[in-house]
Amino acid sequence: MNRSNQRWWMEICLVCLSLFSSSAWSDSQLNLTKGVTAVSREVYDLHMLALYICTGIGVVVFGAMFWSMIFHRKSKGAKAADFHESTKVEILWTAIPVVILIAMAVPATSTLIDMENNDNSDVTIQVTGSQWKWHYKYFDQNIEYYSVLSTPREQYENQDGSFSGNGALKGEDYLLEVDKPLVIPANKKVRFLITSDDVIHSWWVPAFAVKQDANPGFINEAWTNVDEPGVYRGQCAELCGKDHGFMPIVVEVKSSEDYDKWLDEQHALTAQAENAEKASLSSSMSKAELMQLGETVYLAHCAACHQPTGLGLPPTFPALKGSAIATQGSIEEHLTLVINGKGMMPPFGKQLSLKEIAAVTTFERNAWGNETGDLVQSSDVKAVSEE
Amino acid sequence: MTTHTIDESLDDAHHDHKMKGIKRWLYTTNHKDIGTLYLWFSFIMLLTGGALAMVIRAELFQPGLQIVEPDFFNQLTTVHGLIMVFGAIMPAFTGFANWMLPMMIGAPDMALPRMNNWSFWILPFAFAILLSSFFMESGAPNFGWTFYAPLSTTYSNGSTAFFVFAVHIMGVSSIMGAINIVVTIMNMRAPGMTYMKMPLFVWTFFIMAYLLIAVMPVLAGVVTMVLTDTYFGTSFFNAAGGGDPVMFQHIFWFFGHPEVYIMILPAFGIVSTIIPAFARKKLFGYSSMVYATGSIALLSFIVWAHHMFTTGMPLFGELFFMYCTMLIAVPTGVKVFNWVATMWRGSMTFEVPMLFSIAFVILFTIGGFSGLMLALTPVDFQYHDTYFVVAHFHYVLVTGSLFSIYAGAYFWLPKWTGHMYSDSLSKWHFWCSLISVNLLFFPMHFLGLAGMPRRIPDYALQFADFNKWVSIGGFAFGLSQLIFLAVVIKCIRGGNKAPAKPWDGAEGLEWTVASPAPYHTFSTPPKVD
Amino acid sequence: MSKNAEQKPVKPNNSKVIKKLVFMVFAMFGFGFALVPLYDVFCDITGLNGKTNDVAVVYSDNGIDTSRTIKVQFITRMAKGIPWQFEPIINEISVHPGEMKFVNFFAKNEANHDITGQAVPSVSPGLAAGYFQKIECFCFERQPLRSGEEVEMGLQFYVDIDLPVDIHTLTLSYTLYDITEKKDS
Repeated sequence: MNRSNQRWWMEICLVCLSLFSSSAWSDSQLNLTKGVTAVSREVYDLHMLALYICTGIGVVVFGAMFWSMIFHRKSKGAKAADFHESTKVEILWTAIPVVILIAMAVPATSTLIDMENNDNSDVTIQVTGSQWKWHYKYFDQNIEYYSVLSTPREQYENQDGSFSGNGALKGEDYLLEVDKPLVIPANKKVRFLITSDDVIHSWWVPAFAVKQDANPGFINEAWTNVDEPGVYRGQCAELCGKDHGFMPIVVEVKSSEDYDKWLDEQHALTAQAENAEKASLSSSMSKAELMQLGETVYLAHCAACHQPTGLGLPPTFPALKGSAIATQGSIEEHLTLVINGKGMMPPFGKQLSLKEIAAVTTFERNAWGNETGDLVQSSDVKAVSEE
Repeated sequence: MTTHTIDESLDDAHHDHKMKGIKRWLYTTNHKDIGTLYLWFSFIMLLTGGALAMVIRAELFQPGLQIVEPDFFNQLTTVHGLIMVFGAIMPAFTGFANWMLPMMIGAPDMALPRMNNWSFWILPFAFAILLSSFFMESGAPNFGWTFYAPLSTTYSNGSTAFFVFAVHIMGVSSIMGAINIVVTIMNMRAPGMTYMKMPLFVWTFFIMAYLLIAVMPVLAGVVTMVLTDTYFGTSFFNAAGGGDPVMFQHIFWFFGHPEVYIMILPAFGIVSTIIPAFARKKLFGYSSMVYATGSIALLSFIVWAHHMFTTGMPLFGELFFMYCTMLIAVPTGVKVFNWVATMWRGSMTFEVPMLFSIAFVILFTIGGFSGLMLALTPVDFQYHDTYFVVAHFHYVLVTGSLFSIYAGAYFWLPKWTGHMYSDSLSKWHFWCSLISVNLLFFPMHFLGLAGMPRRIPDYALQFADFNKWVSIGGFAFGLSQLIFLAVVIKCIRGGNKAPAKPWDGAEGLEWTVASPAPYHTFSTPPKVD
Repeated sequence: MSKNAEQKPVKPNNSKVIKKLVFMVFAMFGFGFALVPLYDVFCDITGLNGKTNDVAVVYSDNGIDTSRTIKVQFITRMAKGIPWQFEPIINEISVHPGEMKFVNFFAKNEANHDITGQAVPSVSPGLAAGYFQKIECFCFERQPLRSGEEVEMGLQFYVDIDLPVDIHTLTLSYTLYDITEKKDS
């Protein structure tokens, strides 16, 4: 290859290298997010540093290899040299990588020390993972709720085989939306106490660079301090069973004033819900009302395991259609199961309101041809839960 | 060391005649036959595990759940991992060990030939147990090949027992095989072959065998604890009974990390044999390579918790494991530089073994780079359990270990079969595999960086485009391996007659015997100087 | 080519090897047993433990460090399927290192059958776990509650005076498990 060809190759390499400049990379589809916290930006910078170093080393090493493959080939008449060792060179290419590694380890260490300092937080939130949803409890606030995937089933159940994306059209936040997001204030240090009710889950929000495993029986801490209000989405990051891919995390970061307003709203809502519970004790719903509410509740909370058809996925998830529990057994036993759970089935007593439990139990006892004619009211639920 | 061709045909006449038919294969104690059994078994397992991966990629081709239920998807990913690790890669290297080690050291066979037969034959039973679980009501294991507790214990689907028994049997097979390798190398080298005169291939298998003996019992231990936790009421990993689920991870990864070095050291050995042969130049820095391999093996014992950075380790633990993991890059880098230095100013030709070996060096290094990035704890918080990790380990295992297996297979097929393989068909295999494997795994880096977690059957819309290309690459890569099947079958049945040494730059005792290698070689040890 | 080795009739003496191997088997087995106390010693010396004590400690009066105030927070969680109410009476308390404190937790069995619960403690940050000393804790024992029964359970503790200076907040979490089936073992 003559000199002008060699120059051409070098120019190509330089052009390719320039594509790696930071501005071209950030926030593209290809790269890690810069995120919205000081920590996430430090993490991004560390990532880019490592990437540049690796790319540089790769260019040198692969460059040498390609050069060798072109110029040291037998068909070009190259004769093999006979050197096969050099202590000096071995020392050199041991020492230089060590220096490079130290250059990476120093910023990594300081970033890690920052990340592990969970002290002096303004807000503390207890995050609990379970199969397959998140639970948030605001320390000191008496606000707690479950956060469940809210993408409608029709959007993701595409088993009729067609590849052309039939079934309902997928929404923009497909699989990354929940019914009740976590709400935190911006510019405040928010501390998360993370645990699990059953198996190991992991709470991850890429925009915050926060990922900590939720271990059952133990708590882990993490913190974040978000600069910009907005909505940030993450996912469970540890295999936790069949719906591991269906328990997303949505965090709504509000300005301090908006956060305080939200807290007040939540307190009001909690009070309202308590009143509604009390009121529902003395009222009764019609079958139509129960079936309608029941079906909504069933699809949102039960169908994941027991399936919309009520056929379940035996043997792990029993069928409800034609099952003894929903047709022959007593309403009391059925309610006890729903309220307290059993084995792998989670308890719904704390997650659903009296009305919702009454409705879903009614639904299960009458849908899919079960037709027991039983109607369950909130007062029945209360009676069972108090036994 | 100088060698000369030996006429082995006289030796055959002194022994009993070979058994014929099925009995030959069931009862053989011959290292060449057992090597052949291992290699065919591993290839069948590769295609099986690959078929599972094809279903995975078909489901992930588009957003939405089109083909499989989420629970079955978890079974697919779990069994795919188990088969590839324990059924494809490890037995393939054991096959190489059996075929090549005795010949390379001038020994007539492995030290413990009957145990050798048993090491192989329990494997089909182990995998039958594992695969039969697909047909059971509860289904196959669905908790990932890493089977974290309590998902695999208290919350298991009932397949835990079969999984545990299968893994126990695989472990016994590996341990026996490793003992055989160690005893053979330590005791049966031809006179004059000191340790520092052994081919590097022998060194890497030797060190790998020690790793196996050290860590497979740990796997057996942790898998037994999972069994007792699930069925016998113990609480090793159950907080309710005073146990700790994170302890599972510590014990598992204490096995798991050396395990991945077990899967790469033989690859280093194969590539260190092939590159000098086709560069017509001695391996650069032989003693350096030996020490680097030893350092990698030693370091591999103190890095396990880099798989656990998000479990809530104390700061100094995270720092310790970060530093040690970064440190492994040093001896690994030394090896890569030594291979490049072997190529440098050589006189290279690019037969298919060399093509695969060069692809190995480049692509394994890319896998090493993503590994280095993963070692940085703060950034690992963003990469952990995403497709970035999937990209990393597939680069080091597929374009790393698997490509080295193909390289070695093409390199030694003439010795095994007596025929040259079809050059054109094998080049098709290489180029189709090379292009499709990168289409399959490179975009996974981007998917991970963009935030796609692992082990999910369905994903958010921003991941759709890359997933489509990855799936296409996957289908193409899977089909390309059928070309290899064609090459091997064709080569066994015929082809140009291979001389004792078809590669003019190759060195080693195996090239002093005829091709195909006689059933019994080196009944009398050669003299090595 | 091949050497003709001198054929000396040697009776293979394997008994030495066998004795050594059998000894190794027993030695490794014994080593496995010895690992339990060995690990305890190792964790004591290095402080690598990350867990708070699960048997009562005796209060060692090393004085009280009034220059520091540590916030101790309490959270509770019910493991899957245990229908109890279980809450701290107060969820935060300020202590000086070395100072003994007493707090209460409320528990009520809301099911229609008797349940035995076990509270499992966990302290965060992990490094603080070794410094959180429980003198008396309901988590040391099983808690059997009849159906509908409610109880106030006490926790007596102090934060060790050697708590590292950069820790200002400590969180103690209890996860409550249903061990009714296991209580007979």
